[in-house]
Amino acid sequence: MSAPPTARSSRSAPSTDAGQARRRSRRLRGSPLWPALFLAPTLLILGVFHLWPGVQTLWYSFTEWGAFGGTTFTGIANYARMLKDPEIIRSFLNTAVFTLIVMISIPIGTVLASMIERPGMRFRSLYRTLYFIPFVTMPAAVAIVWKIIFNGDFGVANWLLSLIGISGPYWLSTPPFALIAVSIVGMWSAMGFNLILLSAGVREIPRELYEAAEIDGASPLRQFFSVTVPLMTPSLFFVTIITVIQAFQQFDLIFIMLGTNNIALPETQGLVFIFYAQAFINNDKGYAAAIGILALVVIGLLTMLQFRLQKRWVHYD
Amino acid sequence: MTDLATKPSHPPTRRPGRRSYGTALTHTVLLVGGVVMVMPLLYQLMMSLSSNAEVQSVPPSLWPERLQWHNYADVFSTINFGHQLYISILITVIRVIAQVLLASLSGYAFARMRFRGNGVLLAIVLSVMMIPPQIYLISQYQLIHQLGWLNTVMGIVTPGLATAFGTFLMRQFFLGLPDELEEAARLDGANPFQIFSRIMMPLARNGMFALGIMTTMWSWNELLWPLVITTDDTVRPLSVGIANLQGQYESEYPLMMAASLMAIAPILILFIVFQKRVIAGVARTGIK
Repeated sequence: MSAPPTARSSRSAPSTDAGQARRRSRRLRGSPLWPALFLAPTLLILGVFHLWPGVQTLWYSFTEWGAFGGTTFTGIANYARMLKDPEIIRSFLNTAVFTLIVMISIPIGTVLASMIERPGMRFRSLYRTLYFIPFVTMPAAVAIVWKIIFNGDFGVANWLLSLIGISGPYWLSTPPFALIAVSIVGMWSAMGFNLILLSAGVREIPRELYEAAEIDGASPLRQFFSVTVPLMTPSLFFVTIITVIQAFQQFDLIFIMLGTNNIALPETQGLVFIFYAQAFINNDKGYAAAIGILALVVIGLLTMLQFRLQKRWVHYD
Repeated sequence: MTDLATKPSHPPTRRPGRRSYGTALTHTVLLVGGVVMVMPLLYQLMMSLSSNAEVQSVPPSLWPERLQWHNYADVFSTINFGHQLYISILITVIRVIAQVLLASLSGYAFARMRFRGNGVLLAIVLSVMMIPPQIYLISQYQLIHQLGWLNTVMGIVTPGLATAFGTFLMRQFFLGLPDELEEAARLDGANPFQIFSRIMMPLARNGMFALGIMTTMWSWNELLWPLVITTDDTVRPLSVGIANLQGQYESEYPLMMAASLMAIAPILILFIVFQKRVIAGVARTGIK
């Protein structure tokens, strides 16, 4: 991640070897006092409250916590236990399903963004406001409404289904439906954020390309697939990365919509939720730490995989 | 901006019928979608003004028979809403001020200062940005516990005073500013802090503003950390208060709806007022 900025700066200002050497020597000569002053508060907080706890978590993942506070080193026992724990495997599948459903917001968002940002579009800020509202609202507060919408007895979801002759389930306590309900809410709340990023992507597309396409007689649909989508692949890539990372970190919606005693939890909870439950409800902190590390590794691998695959579909100008 | 630039290039004489047909369709799709997006909030508003019986009626009542405005007053007399609101405002204000200031300082150093270890330190900051914060929750909790800050505002606030994200955002922002002014000030003998505070910081207003708004949203809405670090109702912010409502007031639906709408309201208003700048700020983090 530290590579792109240097690559960009060298591209935008092609400098001679002599220039580079001069810059390097100045870098080495600079007094460390000022940078240290500027960086100290941030690095202190990041180091003490983020980086060090991260390292410590790795250590915790190899320990078991006794009832009275002591920790004993248990090697890879926690990891071995995880591999055999059906709850962990299940939570992986839950997270995967949740992520896939939330990702539906990306294609829908792409279409909506290209509509909203169309040249000469009227009421643009009205639409932006409408669509971005879920992004700014407190998850805890909106999850409460969705909980009522999905209520099995008097919820609107089942009332709508009853209009077409379907008697709806008790969404939030029946296994496959609880996950679907939470994922729909996840998709709804991801839409706002994704739309902002995708809209920015649409705005970067040079308008001349559309004019050229129009002169060639391309229909709006054709323009969307031949101009908008290919030129938005960098934004789509970024949005996909962020969506996957955030979906893997989902906690709030499950916590509020299902609570901590719901019978549908095993087939709904994601990795972070199970981590929370193990750490702060079961007080099994060593095991929880191992789950956390696993989540980190999985998110890292998925992100790396996406960076690998981007060569196949992302086009940078 | 793009509107002005592109309007002349789309002469209305070309295929007018098709264009207006397409435009009408676009507006219909966007409007229907937009209504779906805000429907839960409108429904919440409706329920917050209904009686409890109306909320639980089958089929759902679409409009309350009598608007129950007292539900909003009940929020203040039934639960500790005023105090939770105060805690939320307090932690958000502290975090925003600290974040904007510290991230500007560190972002500036990374973007504009040449010193040994710049690249390594930046890589460390970026690696912190990539680790999901939930993962080191246990160790953070232990640390706050050892510091004696459980159930304190200090405990909630401290880890969020600086973030890798803020530093990175401000770095990107400072990278985009021109060198010339800085060079001139340096030749005039200004020290780095003077250059930063008098010249670069005013230029970075937009970036700082975007970071401030994003920090506000993040801090206001955050649930997991304050939930873990507090057990005492007197230091819990609104996000935790709202989450706990459903356990404590299981079937007081109108009360819950009124309370959660009031919890959303400040950010919603802020967002609507500063919409353009929030969007620009978020978009910037994604593209460049």
